[in-house]
Amino acid sequence: MIRDLGLHLALIAVLFVLGLTLPDYHQGNMARILVLATYAVGYNVLFGYTGLLSLGHAMFFAAGMYGLGLVMQHGGWSPVPAFIAGLVSAALLSVIVAVLALRTVGVAFMIVTLMFSQSAFLTILYFGTWTRGDEGFVIPQAARQVAGLDLTDPVTRYMAALALFSVALLLVLWLVRRQEGAVLIGIRENEERTRMLGYNVLSHKILAVVMSGTLSGAAGAGYALLFGYVGATFASVQYSIFPLLWVLLGGAGTTIGPLVGAVFMFYLIDYSSGLTNAYMLIAGVVLVLLTLFARAGIMGEVRKRWAPWLP
Amino acid sequence: MTQSFKTNRRTLIKGAAAGGVLAAAPLVSRFAQAQSSAPIRIGFQQHVTGIGAAYGRWYGRTTDAAVKKINDEGGINGRMIEIIAEDDGTDPKRGAEVVGKFASQHDCDVAFGTLFSHVVYGSAPAAGELKLPYFVVSEGHHVASGALNRYTMQPGITDVKSQVQAMAPYVAENLGKKVTMIFPDFAFGHDHRDYFTAAIEAQGGEVLEHIAIPPTETSFTKYFPKIPRETEVVYHVMVGPAVLTFVKEMGEFFGPSKPAIFGFIDSLEAVDMTSPGLEFLDGTYFWEGMPRYAQADQTEYDKAFRAAVGVDDNGASVSDPRDVSTYAHMFGCWETLHIIKAGMEASDYAGPQDRAKLIEAIEAMTELAESFEHPQGPKLFNGKTHQVFGVQYISKVENGKLVKVHTTSIEDTQYPDEADYTTMAF
Repeated sequence: MIRDLGLHLALIAVLFVLGLTLPDYHQGNMARILVLATYAVGYNVLFGYTGLLSLGHAMFFAAGMYGLGLVMQHGGWSPVPAFIAGLVSAALLSVIVAVLALRTVGVAFMIVTLMFSQSAFLTILYFGTWTRGDEGFVIPQAARQVAGLDLTDPVTRYMAALALFSVALLLVLWLVRRQEGAVLIGIRENEERTRMLGYNVLSHKILAVVMSGTLSGAAGAGYALLFGYVGATFASVQYSIFPLLWVLLGGAGTTIGPLVGAVFMFYLIDYSSGLTNAYMLIAGVVLVLLTLFARAGIMGEVRKRWAPWLP
Repeated sequence: MTQSFKTNRRTLIKGAAAGGVLAAAPLVSRFAQAQSSAPIRIGFQQHVTGIGAAYGRWYGRTTDAAVKKINDEGGINGRMIEIIAEDDGTDPKRGAEVVGKFASQHDCDVAFGTLFSHVVYGSAPAAGELKLPYFVVSEGHHVASGALNRYTMQPGITDVKSQVQAMAPYVAENLGKKVTMIFPDFAFGHDHRDYFTAAIEAQGGEVLEHIAIPPTETSFTKYFPKIPRETEVVYHVMVGPAVLTFVKEMGEFFGPSKPAIFGFIDSLEAVDMTSPGLEFLDGTYFWEGMPRYAQADQTEYDKAFRAAVGVDDNGASVSDPRDVSTYAHMFGCWETLHIIKAGMEASDYAGPQDRAKLIEAIEAMTELAESFEHPQGPKLFNGKTHQVFGVQYISKVENGKLVKVHTTSIEDTQYPDEADYTTMAF
């Protein structure tokens, strides 16, 4: 446990130092990646640890984003209460989705989450008067200040993103080292056996959906607050697929994998787009190669080959 | 009297220093030359992939042609333009990342080129925070509404609000006053709904029915019976891949006895007007930002613009007649680049430290005459709202071609200011 905690704190310390030393461009990128990695950390709770594949997580990201954005835009709320509103929105939505979608399993669960997410996307478009639909809206720079800290300042923004990511990372580490975490892994490995051992599978699954959805919502609220834009694109299908890719790449069921996957994917696209317009082809080929030769993802392979103790 | 010069150690050192300076002078001047002749780097945020790819392709060609023209004419303040294009995937998140890349990695002087409004909204905060002048070619109302920031401007293309309201007088006088609107149920459609409804009412007309079509719809037959019988004009602005189905089904619904039909060419940008199924559009009217087909009264400016970009008289690529351009919008790239040139020259722009001066110089612009730099038509730039206003065109489809029937005045397109960016700090 101490080794796990030490590793994670060291990672956070490295990220902290990077925030002060990286060149401007990469510092800006990493701030964005940390927020997106928070989303992937949330997704990983459900997919990586519990074995439930959701194709609709963009609805939770968007719930956090709009929960914060709408009250700031129309209610003039300050960032901290607005961020809490974002968390509450995502938590409420995930409770509703958990209760309804967990009546299904397997492929049906994937389809139900996809449909719920599509409904959320269309709801945002339908209420265009307030949400400005697909266009979205901007949260002005002047409104993005917390206790005298300017969240649009590159270093402050990076540190805020790091704080968000660190809380999510340590929370998940704490969860997987508790009995509840072990039960989630048990559900992933053999749901019937876990039930037979006397654990309440449904309540644990609900816990996983709510925790996963709320963390995803925190990332959405964080994105809106730190980067100043709220838009329906973030509720579209592709934003449900992204965290799945990041987690698969980085290593499903590893705490650090989501960050590794998000960094890898971001820079893969960033660099390959400088080489050719067919950069998605390069990304696709790399993904296929990774799937063929590193099925457990980057950190999954590290755990398998060198560090079986990795959480 | 003669003066004798004695060489001592001090004068020797002075002489050596002066000699050194003289010897280094060519280097210094070469260095200064390198500084002043380094290219102006313009980040081009291009929709290469994603839903905006057809626009992005033609925005790219227009940009290349404009840069060639400006560079051939001596560049900006004697410096060549270098375009650094990055694909934003027509995605607001990637758009913001690309703006960051222009500012921090490519060391661009300015950024330009974005079309889709959601990408503009997503990217503009990054441009404002990084203090990178950001020239959008989007026709969205975002800039003029005051929602963005002092670094974001739209000087090369008019906005949707001015375009839509300028259509109402012609529609009311020539096509009818009882209108039914069919539009996609998202922000682009809502803009048309709100601005045209107000504008037609100001002309003594009315919108009988607003028919909003969900963006996921692929068949439209169930919506047409909602069109009231007394409708005199159907106003449509459907966009996206289903638009051909929409037109075909509308044709099947009305048959030969159709009401007057008015649309925005956005529906059919990059689409061949002679495509199967579009015959029904013969005799209907379209807004055009710039007439796609070379008109009988074609200006020398339009002729030169077409030749430079490589567009034939039918609005298609000279190398492939099936590759139809986005002619109603892409002139915006050409005109924006000329505005950047004019602004940089007026502000004596030397580098990123002069970005604020550049913006102030553009804010000071007003009338922009129709010219080789502004082939779409005369314009009026509003420095307070960072938005340009200009004439609009209405064309009628005749034998599969768009024939210009009306040119609005600039006054038709104007509305009261909704923002004053000049009061914002840099």
